[in-house]
Amino acid sequence: MSPLDAVPKSIPRRASVDLPTVTLAHGGGGRAMRDLIDGVFLEAFGCPELKEMNDAAVIALSGLAAQGDRLAFTTDSFVVDPLVFPGGDIGKLAVCGTINDLAVSGARPLYLTCAVILEEGFPIPELRRIVGSMASAAREAEVAVVTGDTKVVGRGACDKLFINTAGIGVIEHGLDLGPTRVRPGDVILVNGLLGDHGATILNARGDLALSTPIESDCAALHDLIGVVKAAAPNLRFLRDATRGGLATVLNEVAESARVGIALDESAVPIRAEVKGFCEILGLDPLYLANEGKLVAIVPEAEAPAALAAMRGHRHGAEAAVIGRVTDRRPGRVTMRTVFGGERVVDMLVGDQLPRIC
Amino acid sequence: MRYVDEFRDPVRAKALLGRIEALAASLAQARDRPLYLMEVCGGHTHTIFKFGIEGLLPKSIELVHGPGCPVCVLPMGRVDDCVALAETPGVILATFGDAMRVPGSKKSLMQAKADGADIRMVYSPLDALQLARANPGREVVFFALGFETTMPSTALTVLQAEAEGIRNFSLFCNHITIIPTMKAILDSPELKIDGFLGPGHVSMVIGTAPYRFIAEQYKKPLVVSGFEPLDVLQSIWMVLAQLAEGRTEIENQYVRVVPAGGNDKALEAVDRVFELRPFFEWRGLGSIDHSGVRIRDAYASFDAERRYSVPDVKIADPKSCQCGEVLKGAIKPWECKVFGKACTPATPMGALMVSSEGACAAYYQYGDLDDLARRSASA
Amino acid sequence: MCLGIPGRIVAITDPVHKLGTVEVAGVRRAVNLACIIDEDHPIEACIGDWVLVHVGFAMSRIDEREAEATLALLAELGEVMEAQRAMQAAAAGEEGDHALR
Repeated sequence: MSPLDAVPKSIPRRASVDLPTVTLAHGGGGRAMRDLIDGVFLEAFGCPELKEMNDAAVIALSGLAAQGDRLAFTTDSFVVDPLVFPGGDIGKLAVCGTINDLAVSGARPLYLTCAVILEEGFPIPELRRIVGSMASAAREAEVAVVTGDTKVVGRGACDKLFINTAGIGVIEHGLDLGPTRVRPGDVILVNGLLGDHGATILNARGDLALSTPIESDCAALHDLIGVVKAAAPNLRFLRDATRGGLATVLNEVAESARVGIALDESAVPIRAEVKGFCEILGLDPLYLANEGKLVAIVPEAEAPAALAAMRGHRHGAEAAVIGRVTDRRPGRVTMRTVFGGERVVDMLVGDQLPRIC
Repeated sequence: MRYVDEFRDPVRAKALLGRIEALAASLAQARDRPLYLMEVCGGHTHTIFKFGIEGLLPKSIELVHGPGCPVCVLPMGRVDDCVALAETPGVILATFGDAMRVPGSKKSLMQAKADGADIRMVYSPLDALQLARANPGREVVFFALGFETTMPSTALTVLQAEAEGIRNFSLFCNHITIIPTMKAILDSPELKIDGFLGPGHVSMVIGTAPYRFIAEQYKKPLVVSGFEPLDVLQSIWMVLAQLAEGRTEIENQYVRVVPAGGNDKALEAVDRVFELRPFFEWRGLGSIDHSGVRIRDAYASFDAERRYSVPDVKIADPKSCQCGEVLKGAIKPWECKVFGKACTPATPMGALMVSSEGACAAYYQYGDLDDLARRSASA
Repeated sequence: MCLGIPGRIVAITDPVHKLGTVEVAGVRRAVNLACIIDEDHPIEACIGDWVLVHVGFAMSRIDEREAEATLALLAELGEVMEAQRAMQAAAAGEEGDHALR
């Protein structure tokens, strides 16, 4: 039974959330704050746990222990600017991002928290929209938001809205993922086109005056991961390629596992528009953030099954094998370029910036 | 992408490499050292590293990375001036991304932004002009840098501002010229360059004639090269062919983009707005005569140096900095005493480590540092 | 100052200010055409032209014939090399046969 099954269909709206903007009173702990929580958060999330407004969500251990033998526990804060962009918004990111962190650890994501810090003057309709995105992303993922917190700070003390989500999930007995499991000969896969999110955000800031159809790939991947685990029981490693992109994840693996990684540039799937965007600005798509893409490392024998499983899933239609783990040059990621030469793909220092040279 | 992907074709590369190997082998017979070819332009350095070209070439050819990186050669004093402009109340400083991380004597533009200066990254000077239109109560200063490639776009933007009567727009002009730079390299006694890959996009503006003195006076071949990997390989082949045949000429490999006579409209705009400075300071290379341009008196109202007061202090490069020797091709990046130690991309001492196609940053990012360590250990 | 990308002019948006729209692999951007227009090439005729774009300015019209010529030359080199290699392989094969007898 999903925690969402007992959701009441609507909760009566209160008057003070018909105001256009958030005020300091909304963070004050009194009536206005109750109204905000009821009228915006509870209305959207609709979870019975949440409705009780206890100081903590209480979850029976027996229920968790029935699903596995370890708890995965993660947190992330979301401060993206702009708040809304093609393909999603900060709310969807906050839910999918934490779900993905749990899922790539091998866990079944179960419960989330939602803590919000609002800048005084933040428009309530926009808050509703963002919280609505969080709620629909959580519902789609069958994950419940069971507790939260709301604070309001004075104008200028935060940039519009910051969200923190923490999440717990359960890891089934016997599943062990991590860089130390990776061995030379293993195959590296990604579940689709890289760089969409990073390009979207950079473009959405508006300074570059480029118009593109690129959208964020923000998505919850735990279901996809489920089919991959089933197809490749000896799956070694999973990680989502968020900030810093594919190159950062691979460098982390190479370093932790003391293995080499050899990529094939022509096998790395990148949308034509993202390639064009990067060429114009002098950016390298390997370092652009993704919010719906992961790196999976599997033993060679299980690679065809893993690839097929990904491609059969809606979040893996463009999945590809992009390289291999080697014992050559441990700690380093190298890439055979489309031109036939070889280059090193190193860790980035700082953020990538567009260039003219 | 058309006109890009075809010039990254590995099949065509194979044939070129075969020719290059054959020529290099025959040239090697008469020499006791490798052939040194310099690519002047930072964009070529970027291509060479991004596609792993150096590893494809025979060991008898060594590529030397030249000073064609206008960000790399910005002296610290000019960066300080720019930071001062950005920190002037009411100013919006618009800049290309490249310049954000270059260290000044106290901070970079990136750090000034973190400290509260209103600094915006733009792709084009036209976007900076748009900022001026959209913010009539603010003063927009555009950090103009680049070689002749970028001068026309800055000049045309000034002309556009004048035509529209925009009064809250000015630029901090750090444009530099390529010919005096190349002369300074050719004149340096430590030089042992056998041939040059010429800057393709500068040439798109100035044409190929300005390089003639290199062939005629200095007796070195130069091939104006495009920026895709096949362009670079073909240009290397053409330089080797000249050396093998005893020719010293200026050739144009980038014919699809570079007209021999350059671009009249671009040059006219540049001439209207800019004039040569008697001399200009270059990081690592010192002062070079007639190597920079400034805004003419007729357009003084668009000159940030005349509208605002800037510290204008000449700051010496740090003593341990060997950027100048690397820029001239006298030493390789890893031969610099501080490369990889005090000077890394995270803690850059000189601009060659900051700009992504500065020779040092390129080696650090893309290069085979383990191999370099072995090479310098055995040297 | 080197980063230039080939793009196709898909629209003229402001003939007075000499502005158009250029497209690169599906990404569009406003571009200034002042450097590539003159009496022989008026602005209206630029639609469909391939140009080299640098910081929002079209700096040169790409000469399609020269581009083809460059690629053809390089392809020819490849054919010549293949032919040479085939001849060498054939010659080595004959020698090998001799050696076996």
